[in-house]
Amino acid sequence: MGRYIAKRLLLMIPVLLGISLLVFTMLELSPGDPAQIILGMKATPEALDNLREQMGLNDPFWIRYLRYIGNVLRGDFGTSWRTSLSVIDEIIHRIPVTLRVALGAMFLTVLIGIPIGILSAVKQYSLTDNLALGGALLFSSMPAFWFGTLLVLLFALKLSWLPATGSDSIKSYILPWVTLAASNAATLVRMTRSSMLEVIRADYIKMARAKGASERQVILRHALRNALLPIITIVGMNFAGLMGGTVVIEQVFTLTGLGTLAINSVRVLDVPMVMGEVLFIAALTSLINLLVDVLYVYIDPRLKSQYVKIRKAKG
Amino acid sequence: MSNNNQPLLQVRDLTVEYQTDELLVKAVNHVSLTVNRKETIGLVGETGAGKTTLALALMGLLPKGIGKVQSGEVLFEGTNLLQLRNADMMAYRGKVLSMIFQDPMTSLNPVIPVGKQVAEVLELHNEKHLTREQINARVDDMFRLVGIPPERKNEYPHQFSGGMKQRVVIAISLACEPELLIADEPTTALDVTIQAQVLSMMSDLKEKLGTSMIMITHDLGIVAQMCDRVAVMYAGEIVESGTVEDIFEGERHHPYTEGLFGSIPRLDVDTDRLKPIQGLIADPSDLPSGCHFHPRCPYATDRCRCEAPEAFAQQEHVICCHRFGKEDAQ
Repeated sequence: MGRYIAKRLLLMIPVLLGISLLVFTMLELSPGDPAQIILGMKATPEALDNLREQMGLNDPFWIRYLRYIGNVLRGDFGTSWRTSLSVIDEIIHRIPVTLRVALGAMFLTVLIGIPIGILSAVKQYSLTDNLALGGALLFSSMPAFWFGTLLVLLFALKLSWLPATGSDSIKSYILPWVTLAASNAATLVRMTRSSMLEVIRADYIKMARAKGASERQVILRHALRNALLPIITIVGMNFAGLMGGTVVIEQVFTLTGLGTLAINSVRVLDVPMVMGEVLFIAALTSLINLLVDVLYVYIDPRLKSQYVKIRKAKG
Repeated sequence: MSNNNQPLLQVRDLTVEYQTDELLVKAVNHVSLTVNRKETIGLVGETGAGKTTLALALMGLLPKGIGKVQSGEVLFEGTNLLQLRNADMMAYRGKVLSMIFQDPMTSLNPVIPVGKQVAEVLELHNEKHLTREQINARVDDMFRLVGIPPERKNEYPHQFSGGMKQRVVIAISLACEPELLIADEPTTALDVTIQAQVLSMMSDLKEKLGTSMIMITHDLGIVAQMCDRVAVMYAGEIVESGTVEDIFEGERHHPYTEGLFGSIPRLDVDTDRLKPIQGLIADPSDLPSGCHFHPRCPYATDRCRCEAPEAFAQQEHVICCHRFGKEDAQ
C-alpha cells in the first residue's frame, strides 16, 4: 500500500507539469500586455520597455516557462504582478476562509445527502422517496447565485437572523454552507439512492435477513458499506471543487476566498498569481483523489488484492 | 420443547401471489407439505415452478410490497409463522429456520471477513450470552466442521473458491443448529466434483446435528442421494409426493413426474432418444384451466381441461391427476 501511494505521488509530477504548461500557454495567448496593466494606460513607452526587460517578458516563451518552473522547484512562486505580494502568502492567507466554507458545506452535504438517499432507497416508490427525489431535482436545478440571493433576502434582510456578508463569525458562514450543500446534497441523494438500490437487491442482503438481522442492521451493516464507493467518489470530487474556490458563492456573500483571488488575478493577467493558484488547486485535487482511492481499499477488500497484484506483476 | 409425534413443519393450503403493476403472478397455489423431524424432503420441479417462492414464504422473506401470502398457514411446532410479527420472526430466522441460497458466489457479503459473517448469526441469536471468546471458538468449530482451516476466517469471500464459499454459507446456516434447513439448489452453481463433496458434507452434518431439511433442486440424482421423501412441484402446485421409493420405483406417477424421469439419461435402459416434456412451463400469471399441466400432458382429456384433479392417495404416495381416481383405488 505504501508503495502504491508513493507511486501515485510520483505520478502527480507529470500531471502538475502538464497543467502548468497548459495554463502558462493559455495565459500567453490571452490578449493584454502585463507591463501596461501594471503601469496603467498613461505610462510612457520607455517605462513600459524598461519594465518588460526587467520582468523578462522579452525572452522567448520556453525560456520564461522553464524559468518559472525552475523557480517553482526551488519553492519560489514569485510575487503577484498586481499587488507585489508573495504568491504563497496570498494563497495561504486565503485558505482559512475557503477551507471553512468547503468543510462546512461538505459536512452538511454528507449529513443531509446520505441519510435521505438511504431512506429513499429503502422506501423506494413511497411518498418519502418521491419527496426526496422531487426535492433533489429542485435543489440541483436551482443556480447557486440565485438560491444564495434568496437566502440572503429571507434570512439576512427580512428576518435579520444571519449576516449577509463577511467572514468574521461562524454565523456568516451558515448561508454559504446551506447554499452550497443544497445542490451538492441533491446530487448525493440521487447517487446514494441508486447505489443502495443496486446493493439492496443483492443475495447477501437476503442472506443477512435470513440470518435474523433486523432491517436496520441489514441496511447499516451490510448494505451501506457496499454502496459507499460511488458515494465517497462524489463527496471527494465535491470537496476538491469546493477547495478550488467557489467563485459565485464568494461573490454573493463577499467572502475573500481563493475563488475571488483567482478571478481577480485572471482579470488582470497576473500570471504568477494565476499559475500559483492553479498549481495549488491541481495538487490538492490530486491529493484528494489519492485519499479517496486509499479509502476505497479500506472499504472494499477486493480492491486491495488488485493493488497487490499490480505490485507483484511489476516485481 | 415439544412432543415428538407432532411434525416439525406443517404447511397447509399455502397460496402466494406476486402483485406487480401489470401482472398478478400465482407463484404458489394451495400447497400443503409436512416435514417430520430429522427428515429430508426433496422439492423438485422446473425453474419457475414456485420452489424458491415457497421457501421464501416459509422464511417470511417474500419481497416486500410485491409478494403476498393469500391463504394458508405455516405451522412450525404448532406456531403459525405467518401470524408472527416481524420482530418475533427474526428470532426464528437463522436460529430455528435457516436457509442456504442458490448462488454461493453472491450469498456472502464481499466487504466482511467470512469469520465475522459466521459470528454474526451467533451474535444475533446469542441467548446463552456467550462471550466473544466463546463465539470465536464456536466459529472455529464451524469452520472445522465444514472443512475449512479456521486460520482462514479473517479472509474475505473473494479469496475463496465457489465450493469453499458454499461451505462458509453452510457454516453460517448451521452455526445455531437450526431445526429446519431450507437448501435452495445449494449445489447448482458448483461443478460436479465440488457438488458431490458439498452434498456428502451436508448429509454428514445433517446427521450429526439432527436437522430436518427441505432440499430444493431440479436434480433427481441429488434427490435419490439425499432425501427421504419427495414433493414434485409444477406451476405452483405439488402434483405428486411420496417417499423416495414411491417416486423412483413406484408404478403410478403423475405424467409430469414421468416426463421428468423421461428427460434424464439412464445407464441401465437402452434408449435412442431422451423424451423431454413438450412445451414450456405454464405461465404463472395466466395459468391453464383445469389441471395446470394439461397443455403439455400426453394423456390429457376434456375432463383435464376444465376440472382440477383431486388428490389420489395410496398411503404416503399422493398424486394429483384425473388418471388416478377413486374408482382406481384398490
